[in-house]
Amino acid sequence: MDKITSILSRQGITVNVVPHGLSVDVPQEKLYSTCSELYGEGGLKYLIDIVGMDYGDTLGVIYYLSRAAGKDVLALRTVTTDTEKPQLLSVCKFWTSAGLYEREVHDYFGITFVNNPDMRRLFLRSDWKGYPLRKNYNAENPVPLRNEAICDMERVPSTVFMMTDSDVEAEGGSIPTISLSMGDTEEKVRNIFEEDEYIVNFGPQHPAMHGVLHLRVSLDGEIIRKVDPNFGYIHRGVEKMCEGYTYPQILHLTDRLDYLSGTINRHGFCLCVENALGIQAPERAQYVRVIFDELTRIASHLLGWGCMAMDMGAITAFIYGMRDREKIMDIFEETAGGRLMAGYSVIGGLAQDFHPDFQKRVKEFIPYMRKMLKEHHLLFTGNPIARGRMDGTGVLPLETAIALGVTGPAGRASGWNNDLRKIAPYAVYDRTSFDVLTRSGGTAFDRYIIRLDEIEQSLRIIEQLIDNIPEGAYAEKTKAIIKLPEGDFFQRVENARGQFTVHITSKGDKTPCRVKFRSPSMTLVSGLKAVADGGKVADLIMNGASFDYVIPCIDR
Amino acid sequence: MSLAGLDITAPFHFGTVTQWFDSWLNSVMPHFWALTIEFILAGVLLLASYAVFALVMIYMERKICGFFQCRLGPDRVGKWGIFQVFADMLKILLKELVTINRADKMLFRLSIFFVILASLCTFAAIPFDKGLQAVDFNMGVFYLLAVSSLGVIGILTAGWASDSKYTMIGAMRSGAQLISYELSAGLALLSIVILSGTMQLSEIVEQQADLWFIFKGHVPAVIAFFIYVIAGHAETNRGPFDLPEAESELTAGYHTEYSGIKFGLFYVAEYVNLFIIAAIASTMFLGGWQPFHIPGWDAFNGIMDYIPPALWFTGKTLACVFLALWVRWSFPRLRIDQLLGLEWKILMPLALINIVLMSLVVLW
Repeated sequence: MDKITSILSRQGITVNVVPHGLSVDVPQEKLYSTCSELYGEGGLKYLIDIVGMDYGDTLGVIYYLSRAAGKDVLALRTVTTDTEKPQLLSVCKFWTSAGLYEREVHDYFGITFVNNPDMRRLFLRSDWKGYPLRKNYNAENPVPLRNEAICDMERVPSTVFMMTDSDVEAEGGSIPTISLSMGDTEEKVRNIFEEDEYIVNFGPQHPAMHGVLHLRVSLDGEIIRKVDPNFGYIHRGVEKMCEGYTYPQILHLTDRLDYLSGTINRHGFCLCVENALGIQAPERAQYVRVIFDELTRIASHLLGWGCMAMDMGAITAFIYGMRDREKIMDIFEETAGGRLMAGYSVIGGLAQDFHPDFQKRVKEFIPYMRKMLKEHHLLFTGNPIARGRMDGTGVLPLETAIALGVTGPAGRASGWNNDLRKIAPYAVYDRTSFDVLTRSGGTAFDRYIIRLDEIEQSLRIIEQLIDNIPEGAYAEKTKAIIKLPEGDFFQRVENARGQFTVHITSKGDKTPCRVKFRSPSMTLVSGLKAVADGGKVADLIMNGASFDYVIPCIDR
Repeated sequence: MSLAGLDITAPFHFGTVTQWFDSWLNSVMPHFWALTIEFILAGVLLLASYAVFALVMIYMERKICGFFQCRLGPDRVGKWGIFQVFADMLKILLKELVTINRADKMLFRLSIFFVILASLCTFAAIPFDKGLQAVDFNMGVFYLLAVSSLGVIGILTAGWASDSKYTMIGAMRSGAQLISYELSAGLALLSIVILSGTMQLSEIVEQQADLWFIFKGHVPAVIAFFIYVIAGHAETNRGPFDLPEAESELTAGYHTEYSGIKFGLFYVAEYVNLFIIAAIASTMFLGGWQPFHIPGWDAFNGIMDYIPPALWFTGKTLACVFLALWVRWSFPRLRIDQLLGLEWKILMPLALINIVLMSLVVLW
């Protein structure tokens, strides 16, 4: 972090130390050069998230940056005073994942990112009026009441920076400060697909799409030329809804993002609010939260395993996965009342104490799961057809994984050690011993096998905790109306698919000013896009399943 | 109908019934009318048994698949859910038939009949028992191969006529797959033809009275059996070779746009095709309706004779079907390049070598 501080101070930027790392304000004209140095010299190769902000008279963006396997996070904030036609320089040259994040900010705040090759709206319809997360947004009839001309998804508007782009690249370290003015940019429109390409729609209604993802695929016979993912079919405006909800109410939305790791997402939000309030959940609650998280992870991996097998045509394996997952759902139901959305963590601890049989049931489950894991390997892992399909297919190299922000098991399969349970431990993870599994291949088989192996690690964690749950209160007392102090709060947790982050900006009210969740699934889809080209149709489906994304988490 | 060489003593053959009926008809009316009535009856019986076998197969598949997947399968309608398939059949008969606006209407309707006709024609040639075979002539094996490959026309036209990209890809895959695998299947059957020296199915079964061909033909017959089972499996479009209708890629492949009983007929044809492939495998390799005999073990052979031949045939065929179901519910799907690689690089050369081997065995 010292290096980062020195880079920033060289640029004349004041550095503030915050609980999750550093926080800086960068003037708009220094953004590009600062990012360039932070990426190159500073080694911040991983862009966690981009958060759009509306400060009233200015619009801003917060970039969360980190080393590939770093604990500390740098929050880099920049603002633009032009609210009529706000423009910022794109950073997608450094971090490929910025391409999608900037589209999201563009969709919600109307900020145009110059040099981003694709400036379509991400979640909302292209004829949507206004930018919904701006504070002065008028929510009346955002969509035309009558259907106008059919939206043309083919055409991509992109704002291209017209000042000699080559200068920026050539000079390397000593990049001149770039000032943006309207005259310098030009809006271009280009087509994604050529006229004569054979385009097949996979989704939004398609048996192999785990949810309502829409992939437009250009085919040459069976070979894939290009994939263009479209999001937004299950967009519920969760982040906008959060702005009108109190913190305990928001908890219920977190479960419904990535419904397969709902418990973990909820844990993350609780942690963020608890840190902001300066309280800590009692030990007992922390233990049970971690056990629940790991059970959720096992359930999610089982379903991911089953879905991948089913997408390859082995339906029996899917049923086996569902059968074992059912045991976990029963454990959840007994203690928390809910199954898929357990709804068990609350701000300050747990909703209620666990069921008297909870420990017994979990201890019965561990040997059962170990036995079943063997069966799963026997049924599917060694199958010659399955291996023939998976081995060597869909290779995602490590650099691409980091650049795209492909976290979680998929990233670890490419060799990226990004497990937050180890590199930035929360709750009681630092008291347990488990291995972070990484593989080097980055193939579909690596992504497949790492899930089954992680189930074993999760079982290890549960085994260490289940007998040692301390006595005591299950929740910290909180005020009837929870108000967060003014400021930005940030928390990362490792959910079953990757890094789930919560950003809260509070103005001291009982409702937040802005809430942003990082969806690990969104970057997984760009991972799929990266590995799909040149493969077969069947590989596209199998690779999609190997990334194991959850669409409601992407669309939010 | 082949009625020669009738033996009234045990075991009971359906041939006795058909022969008695034939002579009775001829005694009460002119030969022409007797033949006409026999043709009509044979047709009706074939269609009826076609439907019945399809229902049995569907029920069997659902039950067996259920047990493979640690669940019960249908168990609500009737005892053990046996009426579930009838309920489903009625439901599918009552459903609306949707025709796509941009579809090629004539081909769209015609394609189903190609598929049904092909499997029905093949079905007719199966010797269920001595004398219980509608089509039996001296080129039986050739006839089987010829009519069963008609089905691919139906699949191709179905995919083409639906004017949808999924069906198109499914149909193209299907065309490549069926035409490729027919070669291996044909070559595998050819090695049995070499062994038996005849193409007449009833004659082939008769020759297996002392010992089934899979045992009689030494190693080449075993190899041919496995090649035929794999290739036949691929011809039925069922997993792990269900690429033409790979539901996770192409929603339902070539029959995506078909609804109601139009889809139902594709579905029925698929199941009957599975039965047909199993029936041909048991006829050509496992002795058809012949009981299990071991030369020299007369007492054992005598006991085996007490089981009616029709039961032997059904039992062997359903055992082959079970094998197919087992494979289907355990294996994932192949990719198109792997599928074609398996055929052209492994099965076909192997089948060709096998023919040479079989010729050597026969000559020797």
